[in-house]
Amino acid sequence: MLSYAIFSGITLGGMYALVAMGLTLQYGVSRIMNLAYGELVIVASFIAFIFMTTLGINPIVGLLIIIPLSFALNWIIYRILLTPLVARAKNRGMLEVDSILATFGLLFIVQGVLLVWFGGNYYSYDFMNGAVNVFGAAIAANRLVALGFAIVIGLGFYLILTKTRIGTALRAVAVDPTSARLVAIDVNFASCFAFALGGAMAAVGGVLVSMFLTFSTSMGVVFTMKALIVVIMGGVGNLLGALIAGLILGVAESLVATYVDPGLTIAVTYVIFLLVLLIKPSGLFGRASS
Amino acid sequence: MQISAKLRIATIAAATTALMSTATLFGANAQETYRIGYAISKTGPGAPGAATSTTPNYEMWVKEINDAGGLKVGGKQIPIEVVEYDDRSSSEEAVRAIERLINQDKVDFILSPWGTGMNLAVAPILDRAGYAHLAGTAVTDKAPQLAKRWKNSYWLLGTGEQYAVEMAEFLKGLKEAGKINDKVAMIAVADGFGIELSKAGRKALEDRDFDLVYDKTYPLGSQDLATIVNEIKSLGADTFVAFSYPPGTLGLTEQSRVLGFNPKIFYAGVGTAFPLYKNRFGDNAQGVVSLGGASEDDPKIADYIARHVAFADREPDRWASIVNWASLQSLQQAIERAGSTDREAINAELAKGGFDTILGTYKPGDQTFWQVGQWQDGKFVGVAPTSMEGAHELVFPKPEWKAAQ
Repeated sequence: MLSYAIFSGITLGGMYALVAMGLTLQYGVSRIMNLAYGELVIVASFIAFIFMTTLGINPIVGLLIIIPLSFALNWIIYRILLTPLVARAKNRGMLEVDSILATFGLLFIVQGVLLVWFGGNYYSYDFMNGAVNVFGAAIAANRLVALGFAIVIGLGFYLILTKTRIGTALRAVAVDPTSARLVAIDVNFASCFAFALGGAMAAVGGVLVSMFLTFSTSMGVVFTMKALIVVIMGGVGNLLGALIAGLILGVAESLVATYVDPGLTIAVTYVIFLLVLLIKPSGLFGRASS
Repeated sequence: MQISAKLRIATIAAATTALMSTATLFGANAQETYRIGYAISKTGPGAPGAATSTTPNYEMWVKEINDAGGLKVGGKQIPIEVVEYDDRSSSEEAVRAIERLINQDKVDFILSPWGTGMNLAVAPILDRAGYAHLAGTAVTDKAPQLAKRWKNSYWLLGTGEQYAVEMAEFLKGLKEAGKINDKVAMIAVADGFGIELSKAGRKALEDRDFDLVYDKTYPLGSQDLATIVNEIKSLGADTFVAFSYPPGTLGLTEQSRVLGFNPKIFYAGVGTAFPLYKNRFGDNAQGVVSLGGASEDDPKIADYIARHVAFADREPDRWASIVNWASLQSLQQAIERAGSTDREAINAELAKGGFDTILGTYKPGDQTFWQVGQWQDGKFVGVAPTSMEGAHELVFPKPEWKAAQ
């Protein structure tokens, strides 16, 4: 029972992390508090649904198309919608407020378009739902795939950010965009790149989650909320932090559901979130703000 | 300066609104159209449910009547005009929209919103303004009292108790025949529907000497219920009952299959009777039990399903949709029988009942539909009350889950 609770908690946490990692890049590096984030996750879910049901392309293969597509889409969103805001913002606070308002509008546009195309119904499809035995616990294969992606993306991009030149540039922009300019970093490019990359990660999350969750056009906000908690808990801009925060929440929910009461799973999420904020306001892996 | 500009805009807005409402007033008086209004969840958590059970029926009903030239009222044919609002799944918004429909749009009739909470929220306003209320998607144990308190309100899906009692009675029969043991594992979504049904279910099952080995709620919106299923699996219950909402219903079914939890009776909540369920699980839906059911052998029902598919490009659900459609048929006949668009006259006709609908001779509020249904060979058929005509034999025990692709 315990091993099952922990392992299913890890797969659940992997899903949380997967959906949150894009937002931590967008918020941490590009400084865009993207309220339409969950909507973009859902868009990817719908594309995966169409691929699977009408075109017969399996969602994992579909990622080869969806990743570049969403990268380009988010690049365009940043260039058209957000660049003017970045240009006129006098400081970080102003950009945050402006980006919240702008992406709030974007949320309704994306949701409206989805509603027109897909209506309000629930959607779901069957893919890789076979059971896999892991340490005596039966777990659906698609959840393991999602967990695998979360770990690879989390660790991989953590290494890219800390070990490579472009990663260092992105981190420099995250810490201080003004000073980053002084060492010949193209801040606009870096921000745009991080935003688009974050959007592509959101799409990966959306595709993988659609394999095992029932989704609808109005579910985006659920993902935005969960991602926001994970991002702030893990430390804004820190992918490894997001991965670990997601896993902590997943395991905690699973343990509470097994040993206390399934009705308290949402409560425990917020209790942990509050504790982290009280003890370490900048998040588990966050730096204290200057 | 700024204040005066705002003031000017406000004045213009007020003037325009006033003008518009006078215009609609004249429109209503001339009675060239019969104006039907409704506020429904187009966005928010209620949207998928509304899009499954309610909106397509409303739209199809209006289209079919208008295509036929309109409602036949006193020798004239009056087309229907629709005023529709999105309540964004918020009851405050629903109340505002309904008041707007009454006071500003001055519609002739108001169709009900989606969900138990929404219908409870708007019921007193409709009553106060003298509008009938055909609450098509509300399950509440207060239904009989509410129908008494608000004379023109009809609670079409009845009480949670009736479904719970019918289910428990059915299970009792199986237990006495020695087919299932006395252990039942029950979970419910922590929302109006789940709380009411589990409360009634708990009592109904305990009254019939069942032993509830698991009895807990899970949060609304949660789909990750594998840990619950895993725990229940070890408890040795032959019967699993979930008063769940659609995302949870699908999640539970999926996770039960993955974990190989295959009780003899697998009863899941709202969403089981949705076509989505069959599309998602295919052959694995076989034997799953839930609320509702449809007599697809009945030509009227079969015809309704076919028309729904042609209109909305998907099947209706096999519970609320059918009852909703019967209530819309009743409304049309009430208007035509009244021979006028006078609200009082139509309300009086509705109260008389005796309408010819897909549920047979029907009066809104009649509970003459299936309380327990089961997926059998791709159809969600009625199995209880067993006394009803056309009741199917239960497929028992539920077949083994087939492995997924």
